[in-house]
Formats: sequence, C-alpha cells, structure tokens
Amino acid sequence: MIEFKLPSLGAEMDEGTLVEWKIKPGDTVHKGDVVAVVDTSKSAIDVEIWQDGMVLELLLELHQTVPVGTVIARLLEPGETPEHADAEKRRIAEAAAAKPPAAPAPSAPTPTKVVPATGSEGRRRVSPAARVHAQTLGIDLARVTGTGPQGAVTIEDVERAAAQKPSADDRALAMRTAIGAAMARSKREIPHYYLATDIPLERATRWLAKRNQGRAVTERALMAAVFLKSVALALRKFPELNGYYRDGGFVAGSGTHLGVAISLRQGGLIAPAIRDVGSLSLDELMKRLTDLVARARALTLKSSEMTDATITVTNLGDQGVEVVHGVIYPPQVALVGFGKMSVRPWVRDGNVMAEPVVTASLSADHRASDGHRGALFLNELNRLLQEPEPLDEAPK
Amino acid sequence: MTITYREAMREALHDALARDPRVFLMGEDIGKYGGSYAVSKGFLDEFGPDRIRDTPLSELAFVGAGIGAALGGMRPIVEIMTVNFSLLALDQIVNTAALYSHMSGGQFHVPLVIRMATGAGRQLAAQHSHSLENWYAHVPGLTVVAPATVDDARGMLGPALANPDPVVIFEHAMLYNAEGELTDAWRSADLSSARVLRPGTDVTLIAWGGTVWKALEAAKSLAGAGIEAEVIDLRVLRPLDDATVMDSVRRTHRAIVVDEGWRSGSLAAEIMARIMEQALYDLDAPVARVCSEEVPIPYAKHMEEAALPQTSKIVAAARQMLGKAEASA
Repeated sequence: MIEFKLPSLGAEMDEGTLVEWKIKPGDTVHKGDVVAVVDTSKSAIDVEIWQDGMVLELLLELHQTVPVGTVIARLLEPGETPEHADAEKRRIAEAAAAKPPAAPAPSAPTPTKVVPATGSEGRRRVSPAARVHAQTLGIDLARVTGTGPQGAVTIEDVERAAAQKPSADDRALAMRTAIGAAMARSKREIPHYYLATDIPLERATRWLAKRNQGRAVTERALMAAVFLKSVALALRKFPELNGYYRDGGFVAGSGTHLGVAISLRQGGLIAPAIRDVGSLSLDELMKRLTDLVARARALTLKSSEMTDATITVTNLGDQGVEVVHGVIYPPQVALVGFGKMSVRPWVRDGNVMAEPVVTASLSADHRASDGHRGALFLNELNRLLQEPEPLDEAPK
Repeated sequence: MTITYREAMREALHDALARDPRVFLMGEDIGKYGGSYAVSKGFLDEFGPDRIRDTPLSELAFVGAGIGAALGGMRPIVEIMTVNFSLLALDQIVNTAALYSHMSGGQFHVPLVIRMATGAGRQLAAQHSHSLENWYAHVPGLTVVAPATVDDARGMLGPALANPDPVVIFEHAMLYNAEGELTDAWRSADLSSARVLRPGTDVTLIAWGGTVWKALEAAKSLAGAGIEAEVIDLRVLRPLDDATVMDSVRRTHRAIVVDEGWRSGSLAAEIMARIMEQALYDLDAPVARVCSEEVPIPYAKHMEEAALPQTSKIVAAARQMLGKAEASA
C-alpha cells in the first residue's frame, strides 16, 4: 500500500490546505500526475505523485489544513489488491492497539482521521540510538523499515538500510534533494563574501613538469594535488576559514580535512574529505586523490569521508570556466575554487609575458571571518605557489 | 571453597566479633534461638550475653539503643528480622542515625550496622515478605547494600563496620541456603561499586539481592535463543554506581531492571530515570522493568510465585525488547 504524504513544497512550507482533489477513489495514477491542489502560505501548488498506483481512499477533506508529512491518501501499488491493503491496514491498527495505554497524544492541529497509526503526530517510532546512528550514516529514516518492538526502527534496521544500495533513480533524486537542501540552507543562513585573485603558475608548472619527468603516468602528480596541498598549508595561518559554524559560533577544524568536490557521471556531486592534507607528501596526497575520485564514482565512500571535511575545494578548470563563485557547504565556513589554468598575458618585470595563470577564489562565511583575512589567505596561497618546492614533502 | 550464604554471613560476623571488642550483636532471638535465620547460632555460648544480646520485641527501642552505643564508641550490629518490621524503627534510622553526621556538622557519627532480611518466596505472607530497600535507598546519610553472592555476604560487613556512618545490609531471605564458591574477591568487597556478573552484548539486566540469580538464570535461557544478556549485580543501592550501569547500557543499548519491590516509586524507577538522563541517545529500545505485582505478597504458593519477578518474566521482557517475542500460546 502506498501512503501518500503531503510533500514539502518549499523550504518555508510546513503545512498546506487542500483546495482541490484531482483524483478520486478508483482512479489510476501515474508517476508525475498532479493529484491535488494545495494552498500554502505563498500560493496554490499542484501536488504531484511519484509512484504509479490506484487510489484507494482520500483522507483529506476540502479546506482542511494539515502539516507536511501527513498521510493524505492511500493507494494500491500496481498488482496489489484491496484485500492486501485491508490486511495491512488491520496490521497497522492492531500494532497501534497493542501499544500500552500511553498518555493521550498531545493535541495536534491534525484531525484524528489523518494521524498515521504509527505514532502520535505522525512521528515514527525510532529508538534514540537508531536516530543518532542514522544521522551519522546519513540514512533517511523514511526509507528504513522498523523491526523492533511495535515496529520501531532499531540500530540494526538502520544498518540493514545502510547496507542496501538504493536504485540509481532513487539515488539521483535523493542526491538532487540533498544538494538542494544543503545549498538552500547555505544561501539562507550563510552571509557569503567572495574574493578572487589571479595566480601565475609559470614556476609551479615548470617545477611540476620537471618533477614528473621520467615518472610513470601513475606516479605523476597533477596540478590539482598541488592546489590542494597549498590550500591546506595556507589554512594553517588562517584557521578561521577551516572548520564549522555551529550553534551560533565558529569551531575550528581538528585538522585540514579538505573536501574535494567530485562531479559524478550520472549527475550530482559529492565532496568527500581527504584528511590532514597539510601533513601529506605530494605523492601520498596524489595517491589519496586518485583513490578518492575512483571510489566516489563507484559510490563506495566511507561515511566518515562524507562528514569529516573542514573546508571544500572545487576545481572547475576542466570545464573551461575562469572563476568559481562557490556556495559554501554548511556547516563549513569556506570554499576555495580554482578556475581554468590558461596561458594569459602576464606582466612580469615590466614585460608582457605569456604565462599560465589560474584564478583562485574564496567564498567565506562572514560570521567566521572578514574579507581582509580572506584576502591575506589568497595572498598566502599565491606565495606558496610561487615557491612550490616545499609542497613536495610532508611538513614536520 | 563452596559455602552457603548463611555460613558466609556467619563467618563475617564471627570474624568481626573476634577481631574487635567494640563489636556486639543485638536483636530479636539472635541469642538463645540463634537468629531467625540461624546466622548467629552458637554465638551466645562463644561470646557471652554481653556481646550477643537478645532484645525485647521493640525495633524502635533496640535500634535506638544501637545508635546510642555507636555514639558512645561501640560498633553495634543490629539485626532486624525483616524489613517489614524495620518500619517500627524507621524514625530512629531516618530521623536520627542518618542525620547526626549532617546535623552536627560532622562532629558526631553513628557507626551502626543494621542487618535485615528482605524479600519473599518462603510463604511467610505479606507482613514478612516485602522488599522495601528503596525506602532506605532514598535517604541521604545512609549507605545501603544488598549482598547477593557469598563473596559479598562474607566481604561487605568489614567495610560496613569501618564506615563512620550507618550502613543498612539487606539479606534476601531466599539466599541463606544458596551455595556459592567463596573466592578471594571477598577481601576487596567495597560499598561503592556494582559488578558485571555476566558479560553480554544485547541487553543489560540490572538486579540486586535475590533477583540477581533469577537474572543470571534468565541470561542462561536467553543465550539459548541467541540473546546475550549482560547481568549487573548492583550490590550497593545507595549510593548507586551509575558508571557501571551506563557503561553497560552504552554497549548493549538495552536495559531491563529486575526489582522485587513494587513498580510504583521503585528503585527500578530511579535506575530507569538515570539511564534516561545519562544514556538516552544510546538506547535502542525503551528501558523495561520486571517488578513485583502491586499487591501485598500473597501467602498461597502459586499466588506468591505469580506476584514476584520470575526468570520467565525476565526472559519474556528481554525477548520482546529484542523483537523476538515468542508467539503467545
């Protein structure tokens, strides 16, 4: 049985009022169909359904207002019979009846008819430890089946869900949603400031070419790794750019864990972390970077890699853009962007030279740092790239 | 060496009497009769009537006399037949013994040890069978212990006598005939820590006194169903050893408290509250308890058994908590 819940239709929307049903019991619906019109605080919105099915019952009456997440209709899945659905409904009702006579549910603005049977106010039964575990693993509890007492979600259930690989479609959708939520939060909460500077790479390019000379392809380092290393070293002097903004204050990161933005072939993007980049030799860093990109594309990242980053570095040079105006990944407080490395006219010692140049940019959280410090950070980055030799080694 | 709980307690008392001339016993029927549970049998002949004192049937009087003796420099060990009767002495224990150190700013201490039997299971009916440990565990100024093993029966009396303030020792009436291996561990018995008697990974069973053995038996039975229960013998009911309990619960993520007291206002309730306060986010299921039914403990054997926490009830609670409840018949 499909329990169709009132979806969130915007960051600010937490309840909706039914204006019109576009379906009635017995109707067959397809993914993408508009099933209802719901009025929110901003405007009336067409609500679409994302599953195929046959409408069994409508649980919301006209002009009724309910919170987001309330079950507003039940549908049969393709191939399911009403008997199936009845049995399941009975099971849910019995599970609810088997509950100890708890205190009456706190009065909610929801009419009793639409309160899901799984718990008061539609809050699912999830053990506190399972809730923490799901958060750590980044598991959406809505996708976890509970097998504990009274159908509660337990740690084991979360682990089982974590082990299951969702289908590519689900994943793409979930990722789009997650990116959207994070970026919306970023733009809503973080007062960004943006700085950019051109960095000549004549010396760094030559040094790197020489260093790579005679090495097998797999042993060579890329400029991307040099960038990462120099960002990590520069951050040591600017700790206010490396860490998190949490609970109204800045918390410095425990190390320079650089989130590396990696675009995925099937769409979407992730920014898993390489830990303690500042303390790695260039060879080691290159090895980790290669490994990380491969595993990110194979979707075999570890959960810690998804949560450890203290700053994000994004490199969009391959796509040919010159400047990145990055959106900070909350709760981080800064993002460093690198554009295309291209040969441009560059004035050196009074002469116009053709030199490789990259535009490095910084997006930073004004709650944690100011533009003055941000500018000094980019200068430090520039300085490090003008004398690249020390970037090779793991610093003491 | 295998000995009974009674023998362990008896050895402890004998040792204390032999070592320290300030120690003496006082209580109803402890002399000529040898104690209602025969713990002090023969002591009268050996130590004489000055040190093994039969008292009139007034708990109020002889506990009060014990407090006076303790204040006067003696180390009295007062025996009360059952916790039910101790209510007659509650004023002396709660309003006097427990308070003196506090009210005198530490000038006066009452180094009194009170032993009493507690619990049901011997068909002694309601006036001899209750478990009111929680009443005493509620009171600041008292140290309250419940030895469940022969090691603790042998070992806890020493530190209790050494304690400058009153200590109440609860001896579960069903344990006197229980046999156990006396190990050297008795020499290091303290009045502050709980002990993990059986390690496990899936659920923590917290028990004390008489329910410890039921919890251990339940753990054995649960192991057959693939559930590894950890059993904690609480040992000390005041002050509670939160650290041992929380450490266990954080590992097993589940807890069941087994308390022979009545559920409402029980010590089990206090332990559950502490788990909520300190380990909520480590819990994978609501904390449960297995307590006595809220009736005066019945006389009839089958009804008495039905009223008490039993191994089968502990097993059922654990299975339900783990989502492995047996289908009801």
